[in-house]
Amino acid sequence: MSVILILIGFSLLVAGSFLLAFLWSVNDGQYDDDVSPAVRILFEDESKPDSEN
Amino acid sequence: MKGKAEIIEHSICYHCGETCLEEQVSYDEKQFCCSGCKVVYELLSENNLCAYYKLGPQPGNTQKINGLGERFAYLDQDEIRQRLVKYSNNENDYLKFHVPGMHCSSCIWLLEHLNRLDDGIIKSTVDFVHKEITLVINRNQTSLRRVVELLVRIGYTPELNLEQYNRKDQKQKRNTRIYKIGLAGFAFGNIMLMSFPEYFSGGIYHEEDFRNIFGILNLVLAIPVFLYSASEFLENALLCFRQRVINIDFPIAIGIVAMFISSTYEVLSGKGAGYFDSMTGLVFFMLIGRNFQNKTFDWLSFDRDYKSYFPIAIQRITGKNRIPVPVPVQELKVNDLILVRNQEIIPADAMLLSDQAIIDYSFVTGESRPVECARGERIFAGGRILGSGAELVVQHEVLHSYLTQLWNQSSGKKIFRSGFQKMVESISRWFVVFTLLIAGISFIYWYQDGNMERGIHAFTSVLVIACACALALSAPFTYGNMLRILGRKGIYLKNAGVLEKMSDIDTVVFDKTGTLTEAHKASMCYEGITLGSRENQAVANVALNSTHPLCRHIGAALHTQRTYVKNLEETTGAGVSGSTDGYYIQLGNARYLGLIRESGKPEGSEIHLRINGEYKGVFRFRQYFRTEASTVIRDLRKQGQHIYVVSGDHEYERRALSEITGQDHHLYFEQQPHQKKEFINALAEKGNKVMMMGDGLNDAGALLNSHVGLSVAEDVNNFTPGSDGIILGSQFGHTAALLRYAKAGKRIIIISFIISLFYNFAGLWFAVQGNLSPVIAAILMPISTTSLVLYTVIASTLKARQLKLM
Repeated sequence: MSVILILIGFSLLVAGSFLLAFLWSVNDGQYDDDVSPAVRILFEDESKPDSEN
Repeated sequence: MKGKAEIIEHSICYHCGETCLEEQVSYDEKQFCCSGCKVVYELLSENNLCAYYKLGPQPGNTQKINGLGERFAYLDQDEIRQRLVKYSNNENDYLKFHVPGMHCSSCIWLLEHLNRLDDGIIKSTVDFVHKEITLVINRNQTSLRRVVELLVRIGYTPELNLEQYNRKDQKQKRNTRIYKIGLAGFAFGNIMLMSFPEYFSGGIYHEEDFRNIFGILNLVLAIPVFLYSASEFLENALLCFRQRVINIDFPIAIGIVAMFISSTYEVLSGKGAGYFDSMTGLVFFMLIGRNFQNKTFDWLSFDRDYKSYFPIAIQRITGKNRIPVPVPVQELKVNDLILVRNQEIIPADAMLLSDQAIIDYSFVTGESRPVECARGERIFAGGRILGSGAELVVQHEVLHSYLTQLWNQSSGKKIFRSGFQKMVESISRWFVVFTLLIAGISFIYWYQDGNMERGIHAFTSVLVIACACALALSAPFTYGNMLRILGRKGIYLKNAGVLEKMSDIDTVVFDKTGTLTEAHKASMCYEGITLGSRENQAVANVALNSTHPLCRHIGAALHTQRTYVKNLEETTGAGVSGSTDGYYIQLGNARYLGLIRESGKPEGSEIHLRINGEYKGVFRFRQYFRTEASTVIRDLRKQGQHIYVVSGDHEYERRALSEITGQDHHLYFEQQPHQKKEFINALAEKGNKVMMMGDGLNDAGALLNSHVGLSVAEDVNNFTPGSDGIILGSQFGHTAALLRYAKAGKRIIIISFIISLFYNFAGLWFAVQGNLSPVIAAILMPISTTSLVLYTVIASTLKARQLKLM
């Protein structure tokens, strides 16, 4: 039954690393703009007529 | 001898969607409202960027400013470049601009494809939420100045201003809040998980060790939450001692501290598992509530900050040769000589040195009629120069000028102490006293009963469970939600205080022209001597300078070139006169021109015309009331509002107006702007709470003096700092619903207070008995906060749907 302590310890470790990842991503600015990426993926690439040689 | 002017059909500009009133330009089988829009279209089509128009209807911004010329020449200066360029390496410069003109996906598309318009732009990335664009440019192929000019030409003028330097701090503050919430949420979730055995084992553990270990783990997780996430509550509560005033954070902080200390004691002495789950949960929810509150206010604060209006550099005239040299605004000193050119903003209080200048103070006073100033007159910062440039002598330094004070004083209106704020503050005080009393009483009771341990337990439980969160959460969530809903509908209110003021309104005063009637839709006809084309042009130009919507209508209807008008004089509500191209034009009502009414009643609004002293004829207008006007007024009357209409027009409209309003009294005509203002004051003195609806141009004074002033705008550019809100003309029909909604908001908040009271009683019932187990606390706290928030949001949304505001 004491194995549960190991499990809990481990799960706290994993959860903790998720927390760190979250803090890092906020600091990195990934959540600053949540509108443009959604719009950006829908743009079509139009090739310019004179781009073919 | 008699002639009739043409009835002109107005088409919509393909680029920006505005009605093409004045000059209509055709190109490529499309109509544009001005040559500026046409140029942008040309630019885009030549570079194969027409997909811009496919993504949305008329996505452009109106281009009605002419010519760029030397306006951005100062950007070539190295010193100024240094300030704007974020980062440079060998070849490239990294620039970041705030572009408030971004509003849709077409904008994102266009701004990210800028490299097609200028080869020197290597990459451009848009941050839509903050309306910023980041550019990487090749210094050899293009320059900061060219990029800025390009942005201006396509309609996305970047803000070049002092604001930029503060943005970094804002981001830091935002992020800190998010870290706190993340940490609290993490701790809350994990602590709850580890508390399950405590909840479900019925109080009996298989192994005592586990309970201790879990307890210690919970303590470890809770410490950072207490020290870091909860810090703002604790700090604010400490302020109470210094300021000797109890604020909303005090009861919350007491709860948090009580929970933490009692739980720590329980865990360390092995007596129990503590309340860490409730504590972290409370911190988590309160932080979210605060964050939401700030976000809503951020989103709604009128976008334009006072500082954003100042250009960064101004031309300073120095030396014997009197050469204008661009300098950063901060370097301006008193008695410096500066040259401010067409469309530029005056950065500081100054005295006019040139013979004459024309200044647009619309940002400052809301008057869109330009003011003519003479040599020696005092000019105020924030005004915009029109026409030829002016030389000014600086009188005050930039930051300390008169305007900062004006703006900081909430645009001249009496500062409104929110009734709710006051109520919340006094409730907090009573709440704390009450809680401490109950805690003390229960302790004494158990102590007397011989059960001191239970007494202590009861004491801390009471402190723990009594939650004042409703006080902190209800109003922000409710009003925040309401403001957002209204904003999406086209009703923009300055802040939550306006909603609160609206729930008190008992009198509504309407202006007629432009508010009850649609200014754009009046039909015009001319009776009199036929005018030659040059005369037409002169009349149109003078008319366009007027603030009266019907006069402007004349100007717009006679398509013409813009010419410079001298000696422009306007008597608001009566008439306008000016000289241009050799003609002295007078336009106005009969009294303004000194005419004697011959016979009978006028058939409609009349504007008479006199050129060079000779009477030419009259423009007659039939104004159309908005279709919704009648329903709105009847609805308001049913709500018990007193209705008044004040108009600058002649009595003739009385019959039509009384049909629309359904009443014959309280209709006042031929009111000058100052009379309107006095009228409002008189009503206010009698104790009425007045809401005034006007068009912002002629009614600025009245709007300012009313309890709530709403300006009815056909497009959001008609903004007056003195008004409390803007309602789009198309949404006028919702006015009655708006007042109902405001009243409903108040009711919703009061009900949520009652709900919170109910939770408190339930919790206290357990607490005073000393029976408050962690389970119950853990259940009650999140349930009460979430249900409160849910209730306020859902109730306000449902009410909006019911009132057809959504």
